Amino acid sequence: MKGEKTMKVKSGLILFLVVVLIGLTGGAAYFGIGEKHFLGAQNIRLGLDLQGGVNIVYEADKQNPTDEEMSAAIEMIQGRLDRGNYTEAEVAREGSRRIRVDIPGVEDPNKAIEDIGATAQLQFISPEGEVILTGNEVKDARREVVNDNGITKAVVALEFNSKGKEAFAEATEKYLGQVIMIALDDTIISAPKVNAVITEGSAVIDGVGTVEEADELAARIKAGALPFKLTPLQSKSVGAKLGVSALESSLKAGLIGIILVLLFMLVVYRVPGLAADLALIFYCALVVIILSALQSTLTLPGVAGIILSVGMAVDANVIIFARIQEELGAGKTLRAALDAGFKRAFSAILDGNITTLIAAGVLYWMGTGLIKSFAQTLGIGILVSMFTALVVTRIILKQFVNLGLKNPKLYGAK
Amino acid sequence: MNIIAKRKIWFTVSIILILAGLLAMPINAMMGNGILNFDVEFAGGTVMEINIGQDFDITNDIKPVVVEITGDENPQISRSGEQGVVIKTKSIDSETRTKLYDALKEKYNLDGMNDLLNVDDVSPTISTEMQLKALQALLIASILMLIYITFRFKDWRFGLAAVLPLIHDVLIVLAVYSIGRVPVNNSFIAAILTIVGYSINDTIVVFDRIRENRKAAKKGDLEGLIDRSISQTIVRSINTSVTTLLTITVLYFLGVQSIKEFALPLIVGIIAGTYSSIFIASPLWYEFQNFHKKPFSKTA
Repeated sequence: MKGEKTMKVKSGLILFLVVVLIGLTGGAAYFGIGEKHFLGAQNIRLGLDLQGGVNIVYEADKQNPTDEEMSAAIEMIQGRLDRGNYTEAEVAREGSRRIRVDIPGVEDPNKAIEDIGATAQLQFISPEGEVILTGNEVKDARREVVNDNGITKAVVALEFNSKGKEAFAEATEKYLGQVIMIALDDTIISAPKVNAVITEGSAVIDGVGTVEEADELAARIKAGALPFKLTPLQSKSVGAKLGVSALESSLKAGLIGIILVLLFMLVVYRVPGLAADLALIFYCALVVIILSALQSTLTLPGVAGIILSVGMAVDANVIIFARIQEELGAGKTLRAALDAGFKRAFSAILDGNITTLIAAGVLYWMGTGLIKSFAQTLGIGILVSMFTALVVTRIILKQFVNLGLKNPKLYGAK
Repeated sequence: MNIIAKRKIWFTVSIILILAGLLAMPINAMMGNGILNFDVEFAGGTVMEINIGQDFDITNDIKPVVVEITGDENPQISRSGEQGVVIKTKSIDSETRTKLYDALKEKYNLDGMNDLLNVDDVSPTISTEMQLKALQALLIASILMLIYITFRFKDWRFGLAAVLPLIHDVLIVLAVYSIGRVPVNNSFIAAILTIVGYSINDTIVVFDRIRENRKAAKKGDLEGLIDRSISQTIVRSINTSVTTLLTITVLYFLGVQSIKEFALPLIVGIIAGTYSSIFIASPLWYEFQNFHKKPFSKTA
């Protein structure tokens, strides 16, 4: 029959294109596109538990800090991290008064935590021990190099806001000729002598050592211009060694797990199993690409979530194939059984997946850090698996039938 | 299949398992181990994992150093692998942590910072919050599922009969944590909610079949209807749990410690979830139907 021949060519072509598409997607997921491995597995941002690093959560010791105050605090921490050369560090606000800091690939977690030392608060203290000014009133602090009788030296120049200007003028008048101490977190960092009454709202701290030391001090004073203290609530660090072995072992487990599932489907369901296997490979590639594109962080529970979702991804196909077997058993033709199988399985698949999505959604909404990442991969897995199991498997199976794989026994008929 | 007729057996088996898990908690507490093996994320405190790289004795070598530096009289110190040690203390600051590591570094000639595998520090504020959040997440997810199923199946009995077995699954998994002393940490919440999601998915496939068969069923034969629906879906239930268990089991055998601790409850939970969707959920629905003495009718 001529009609059947053209249909076979057409189906062969569609099947070929689908396999090429799956191959290309798999290739993109494995190698990535271009030198930067865009969309590739290598481009997936790894969580601290997979590459080693430090995670710290700070809390402001003030009940309702404003958004400006919180962003100032975040900027301050970011600044310190940049100066400490932790270039890949991420600082983010969490909830109303918490800040989460993630620093990947750090070898010495305790040092990193001390480098951030986020409890800095600047105070100007009178000889009697009273607080004259705090970091709140410092508008700007910068290192300057001045020429003092032919000797160049570094100083730190301070600029106060209007409130600070007034207070500083009063204090310098009162304590003229005496020493005002500048303390950062209860440690005296400088004790300049007041040489003149300063009314213009600026001051210079003398005797601060080298240019680098002056830079450091200016930065610390600026950073100390925070209206509250930050207390570390939680810190978690994973050595790079452990992170790498966690990643490697889970990848290996994932690969073996996927191969076992592929074999299982092929042995139990034969032709439909092959279609499901192709769809599953497509599924894995798509999940990798989506994770890479979203640039969301993949953590250890996230990897577990993906591996788990592989097992669940074939579930929709298992439901459909069981249905097809039944329809064949009831005496339907192959084509009718396929259609009925997909149609009748749909409500169970939809309701089942939506309820699982509800669980993933609640986790994403309520969880933080690791849990959020787990919920995200689970959610992505559910959505993608519905597409591959319902749409992709169906397209492939249809072509198989058109190409002449028509013996119902191949589809599980008894 | 006579699932419904033998429902008392299934209920009894589950109740025994759950009671065993619940009983283990006060027994644990009496033995001075705490009802569950709460990790720092739930209990607050500091935990450090260090690769000592040689033989050591916990009571004579490590403990005195820890007590001296941290001031915690009762640190929990355990072995991790052959030459590793896990030290749990009350929450200590980063300075003290460095001191402690430096002391051990000197004592055992450790390699720079490379032998410090893991440090966690959680203040009690966050840990209390974690416990609360875990319960909240579970409760909210259950309520939302109940609403969704009631809406989709147009019958609250389906919703209740699908959600109650989730509590069953959670309690069975809790038994694994209490009897197996599996650390309760962040992954605990993820594990519980994954199982809840998996189990309800499983139950819905059975209920979906009951919903479908009910439309064509004879009036009154509720027991036959449910048994038929279960036998129509049981092969699928088993095959799906096999594929899911395949991946999780490989993960358990190949994974690092933290993955193992996550995979074990999942394995048990998936088995429990499959069991409950077949042997608990539908019999419960049957009981609800009878309890209300609502005559079984064709209209949904």
